[in-house]
Amino acid sequence: MTIHTHSPAHTTADSAPVLVDIQDLQVTYGDSSPALDGVDLTIRPGEVVALVGESGSGKSTLTKAIIGLLSGSGRVTGGTLTFDGQDLVNASTAEFRRVRGTRIGLVPQDPGASLDPVRTIGYQLTEVFRIHPQKELRSKESQLAEAARLLDLVGVDRPEQRLRQFPHELSGGLKQRVLIAMAFALKPDLLIADEPTSALDVTVQKRVLEVFDRLAKQTGTAVLFVTHDLALATDHASRIVVLQNGRIVEDRDVRAIATDPQHEYTKLLVDAAGQRTPADDLLERALAAAGIKDPVPDLEAQLLPAVEVHGLTKVFGTGEAARRAVDDVSFSVPAGTTFSLVGESGSGKSTTARLILRLLHQDVGTVHVHGQDVSDLTGRQRRDLWKDLQLVYQNPDSALDPRMSIEKIVSEPLDNHRIGTRAERKAKVAELLEQVNLPPRVAAARPAELSGGQRQRVAIARALVLGARTIVLDEALSALDVLTQAQVLDLLDALQRDLGLTYIFISHDLHIVEQISDRVGVMQAGRLVESGTVREIFDSPREHHTQALLAANPGNLLRELTPVH
Amino acid sequence: MARYALGRVGQALIVIWLAYTVVFLSVQLLPSDPVTIFLSADAAPDPAVVAAMQAQYGYDQPLIVQYLGQLAGLFVGDFGYALSAGQTVVERIGGVIGSTLELAGWAFVFAVVLSFVLVSVASLVKVRWVRAVLEALPPLFSSVPVFWVGLIALQVLSFQLGVMSIFPDGSFLSLTVPVVLLGAYVSAPIAQVLFKAIEQTYAQPFVDVLRAKGASETRIFFAHILKNSVAPAFTVMAMAVGALLAGSVITETVFSRSGLGQIVLQGVTAQDIPLVQGLVLITATAFVVFNLIVDLLHPLLDPRVLKAHPAAAGRTR
Repeated sequence: MTIHTHSPAHTTADSAPVLVDIQDLQVTYGDSSPALDGVDLTIRPGEVVALVGESGSGKSTLTKAIIGLLSGSGRVTGGTLTFDGQDLVNASTAEFRRVRGTRIGLVPQDPGASLDPVRTIGYQLTEVFRIHPQKELRSKESQLAEAARLLDLVGVDRPEQRLRQFPHELSGGLKQRVLIAMAFALKPDLLIADEPTSALDVTVQKRVLEVFDRLAKQTGTAVLFVTHDLALATDHASRIVVLQNGRIVEDRDVRAIATDPQHEYTKLLVDAAGQRTPADDLLERALAAAGIKDPVPDLEAQLLPAVEVHGLTKVFGTGEAARRAVDDVSFSVPAGTTFSLVGESGSGKSTTARLILRLLHQDVGTVHVHGQDVSDLTGRQRRDLWKDLQLVYQNPDSALDPRMSIEKIVSEPLDNHRIGTRAERKAKVAELLEQVNLPPRVAAARPAELSGGQRQRVAIARALVLGARTIVLDEALSALDVLTQAQVLDLLDALQRDLGLTYIFISHDLHIVEQISDRVGVMQAGRLVESGTVREIFDSPREHHTQALLAANPGNLLRELTPVH
Repeated sequence: MARYALGRVGQALIVIWLAYTVVFLSVQLLPSDPVTIFLSADAAPDPAVVAAMQAQYGYDQPLIVQYLGQLAGLFVGDFGYALSAGQTVVERIGGVIGSTLELAGWAFVFAVVLSFVLVSVASLVKVRWVRAVLEALPPLFSSVPVFWVGLIALQVLSFQLGVMSIFPDGSFLSLTVPVVLLGAYVSAPIAQVLFKAIEQTYAQPFVDVLRAKGASETRIFFAHILKNSVAPAFTVMAMAVGALLAGSVITETVFSRSGLGQIVLQGVTAQDIPLVQGLVLITATAFVVFNLIVDLLHPLLDPRVLKAHPAAAGRTR
């Protein structure tokens, strides 16, 4: 059921030449059902097209087919794919090599792993000129000079020095700039950007994408921009193509999609991206569910704080290298509410979380959990604390032992604390799996057989199995795509209502923070620069840093087009 | 970098010292002293002779004096006296080590070249079955015993074809055959580790970025994959010193070559403790030196190593 909807903007451009012309493209991996099933897509010179869809929708397959890098058993099983008139379906490896790097460039997803760790930045940048010899760039000196110019162009400071550095000496944002410089080095006609900023935090993301937009405009390069974030797509693209289950379900102008989504799936995406559920509503809903008609005015103040930190300070390193990772941070989280810590990478969010969890010991300050002073807990006492206070970590893939069954993973805390008989543990696990909306059959499965969202549900179930009342969620949703995020958010919400849980939520995704939080704390360079209710922070931020963070939050156009409902 | 290197050299010296100490102590665990053991090999020795010899070689001294005396001797190249040979240990070992170094050295070179050629061809060849055959070779090399292939080679080349002398005569074949056999055996773990490391490197996202730059598979392999993958292979090469020496003992016996293998056999059979002690120390030193070389090469291959040793990387930059 493919819906082809053409916007007026799209049809008027029909007379312009076509750069990429894909007709009825079908790609299959091995003997399974097609990953791409009849995709039609055209990209014109200079156009910025966003390709949006959840994981597994075929986004990556489509981009890999265009650049001829389908992995493993993947192959084109039908349809046509031409680039500037050249047939790419039947192109030989040698023909593809002449196109790659010169006419089609790639900006990859994960800057951390996309540069050769044992070669210098200079070597990898100038390599493009050695692979595709350029008349005016024969000598090594001219190549290095051009590489430095490119780095300068993408806003990398001290370019000459950077050329001699290795990737591990650069931050994620800088690495992505290097990769962008590399992709733009020979001014390609088409640039494929595969979730280019999903590994970066919002402020870095914004700066990197600004460079990207500027370069694309200057060189007249067409961009195919892959993302699972509709908000990001609306900020940077002129056209949005929505992919679901290997088919294009909607392909229209940005404004048309944002204001009037046609396909069910697009509507979901727009809702998920633009949705605003003020926390006050949640509180009211929760109170209503609990049978309380009128919220007491100072309700929050009456609640016992689940977590309270005071003057928390942690210094890493000594002497000149000493760095205050957490600097005099104080806040209090009332039981049954959600407190979010936001800030750039390295601002001290995760260190604060580890101090609360007692995985690190503070230099100065106190931590109280459920009224108990836990500042100096050790050994046995700490283990008891962890019955009450649990962590759900960022990456569900590595937080679950791949060789253990889900049942074993969830019941492991019970085993460790020798709680209950075998039958009781089994019953408890079944109850928890149900609570996190997982079907009973997953109990026997291994983590690899589950989707990312399911794995994160398992991690949540494990955190709850000992009856924890407070959960620290460290970037717990970052690895999930938008729709799965929305589902897990719903689950967290329901659990909070049913069990009265307290969440400390750490994220760089302000969009999620806005949905889940009651209160928000903004961290910068180890200090808590501002904290307040979610509406105070989002509607009237006082601090300059908070305003900058909010401005970097993608989806400005979307918010403008779809006012709060 | 200088601090990293100094640290590694210091560690190496400590390991050699520890190896020496362990050998010295384990000799003390034997029910008797080296002189008595040596003289008891044939018949019950005359106590007067034993006492005289003990006094001559210093085995009548208190343990700590013996230990320190022998330790001090090491610094001036005095490893003691090889009782079974009537020579000093240094003379005894020095007399045959050249032959072993020739065999082991060439075998090592052959092993390294062989494993790199195998792995490079297997990684770049497009025909699937050729690749499968090449990947199956290292396990085959390591599972076929050297002495067995050695005996077959002798049987065929010397007795049936008559192209090679049974005893080493300095001819091309008489060195090449043992070198190839020993080298193939030693190449097996190196090639296996390389295969594994290369497979892991190929799975990294940066390889796709290189392809997207238009790099050829040959360039990707030689300019990037190899440099990323050799570090673990280097570690195995250093460990291969053990296999090389053990293999030398067998190979030398099969091909009737003189060398360390021969005197290891002799020293052990004759229960010549000082000689065995010297051999153990030489082996330990060879291990340590090779590992030291690998450790010093490592930062040149992978700049992240220095970062992982922040104290060692220090403020030299």
